[in-house]
Amino acid sequence: MVRFALRRVITLPMLLLAIYGSAVLLVMAAPGEGLEAGAKDLPPEVLAAKRVAYNYDQPWWQRYFWTWPKRLIWDQDLPAHQYEDWTVVEILRSALPVSLQLGLLALSLAVILGIAAGCLAAAFRGRWLGHLSVGLCLIGISLPTFVTGVLLLVVAGLWLRVVPVGGWGRPSQAILPAIALALPYAAYIARLTRSALLDAYSEDYIRTARAKGLSETQVLLEHALPNALLPVLSYLGPAAAAIFTGSFVVERVFSVPGMGTHVVESIRNRDQSLILATVMVYAFLLASFNLVVDLLYATVDPRIRVGAKTL
Amino acid sequence: MLAACWSTLPWSTGRMRVQRLDHARQPPSLYHLLGTDEVGRDLLWRTLYGGAISLGLGLLSAGIAVAIGTTYGALAGYVGGRCDEIMMRLVDVLYALPTLLLVMLFTVSVGAWLERGPAGSREMSRLAVLALAIGGTSWLTMARVVRGQVLSLREQQFVEAARALGLPISRILFRHILPNLIGPILVFATLTVPQAILQESFLSFLGVGVQPPQATWGSLAADGVRLVNPLRLDWWLVVFPCGALSTTLLALNFVGDGLRDAFDIRGQAEQRT
Repeated sequence: MVRFALRRVITLPMLLLAIYGSAVLLVMAAPGEGLEAGAKDLPPEVLAAKRVAYNYDQPWWQRYFWTWPKRLIWDQDLPAHQYEDWTVVEILRSALPVSLQLGLLALSLAVILGIAAGCLAAAFRGRWLGHLSVGLCLIGISLPTFVTGVLLLVVAGLWLRVVPVGGWGRPSQAILPAIALALPYAAYIARLTRSALLDAYSEDYIRTARAKGLSETQVLLEHALPNALLPVLSYLGPAAAAIFTGSFVVERVFSVPGMGTHVVESIRNRDQSLILATVMVYAFLLASFNLVVDLLYATVDPRIRVGAKTL
Repeated sequence: MLAACWSTLPWSTGRMRVQRLDHARQPPSLYHLLGTDEVGRDLLWRTLYGGAISLGLGLLSAGIAVAIGTTYGALAGYVGGRCDEIMMRLVDVLYALPTLLLVMLFTVSVGAWLERGPAGSREMSRLAVLALAIGGTSWLTMARVVRGQVLSLREQQFVEAARALGLPISRILFRHILPNLIGPILVFATLTVPQAILQESFLSFLGVGVQPPQATWGSLAADGVRLVNPLRLDWWLVVFPCGALSTTLLALNFVGDGLRDAFDIRGQAEQRT
């Protein structure tokens, strides 16, 4: 177990380095240096001064792999190209917590709703409630997040006027974006739970539990469900990735001041420092999250530790 | 819907660009069946054209994803051992990356580089870059599935016979193993298409996908959403693109699920005998 954990932890920096390398390649592939993000047709002296300020006079390997990281983390004065007055750290500090809160809220909502719906669907299989749940799950998976977001926005926010439609700060402002973001993943988790539960139902230990005289609910919750949660656990990693990327869209629909706008705008404006910073932040977050999930999975299921040969 | 969008393509390409500002922002009427957008372009044509682009892109990206995934998975499954472990490790790692970020980056960077060409090819090159980017990130599930199937097929006797005959690996793979995989490949291909369409719609919604005046359902939805305000709701701008997108995705997912269930039962029956 320890060896497994160590192996995964050691590969993490290499993975991050690989991602950074590819991001640098992609960023350099774009024409121009993004210095004209603020205004076009700058006088050459200003352009030259800006070049020096952003370290473009250095060779690329020095710039990307030494100067910029050092400035970002140590001196904390790496400026973003388009927001002249702000440093990257300030932007991250203001926007990242918002996105993280939204993402975590959506993830928990998705897991809770999804497992509950999956249990419902499995328990009532064959009856109308089960079929309804399956149908709803299919719809949930198919609808893009911006469609559900806009629907919720218009129905709940504008017509019924029960919740505020945008911004961030009050808890009530978080309801709609979190729900909209969580729905597709809740539907997918519900399907996973349902099929895993159905698989578990045909196992022998369920028959034993029923023979022991346990109620159906007890059978479901105490015996079938814990085993059915394993696929959900392993899906949590990709789900987190999907939620973070889906949050860009939701943030735009509900005007949440999170990382979404920064990411999109920085990519469109070729704002190299901000792009690299955001890519690395997200990569780091997701890689660590996946590491935790994998370790959890290995703790729960001893087969994983022994080797990948069971797959 | 596919037929409708593609068959009207000759007409819609021209007409969707016509702007008549005096007709701007009108609800559906007899003259403009689905209404007009903010600069007076007819929404019906834009939706049809957008449908052609969205569906075409989805199919193309899914095709690329299937090609990459099948080759990768088949190789990994057949060769086995250390190589297989490394390849699958890579897939696991890629599975949990923020791919949308990298796709956006790729599209904008490489797209900008390609866009230095003449104007006519600019739109085409954008589409090609998008298809490559989306396809390049959607092949993971396919690789896993194919690898699993190849692993189980590898031990069967007809493969042994082929190896004993001295056939080269590529021949074994293509002529003997692959035809048996058509079932699962088809199923997952049908499920990858809506995924690709979804990805593309996200990208277009964020403004990184196709550029105006080209339209896809995602960009049309984005334009509609931008105009949502409590005072005046031009519902047709949002409802029609989103509705078209959702029904298509729903239909594709439904078909894919049905196919998967059909193949699964057969698989289970085979296992029991």
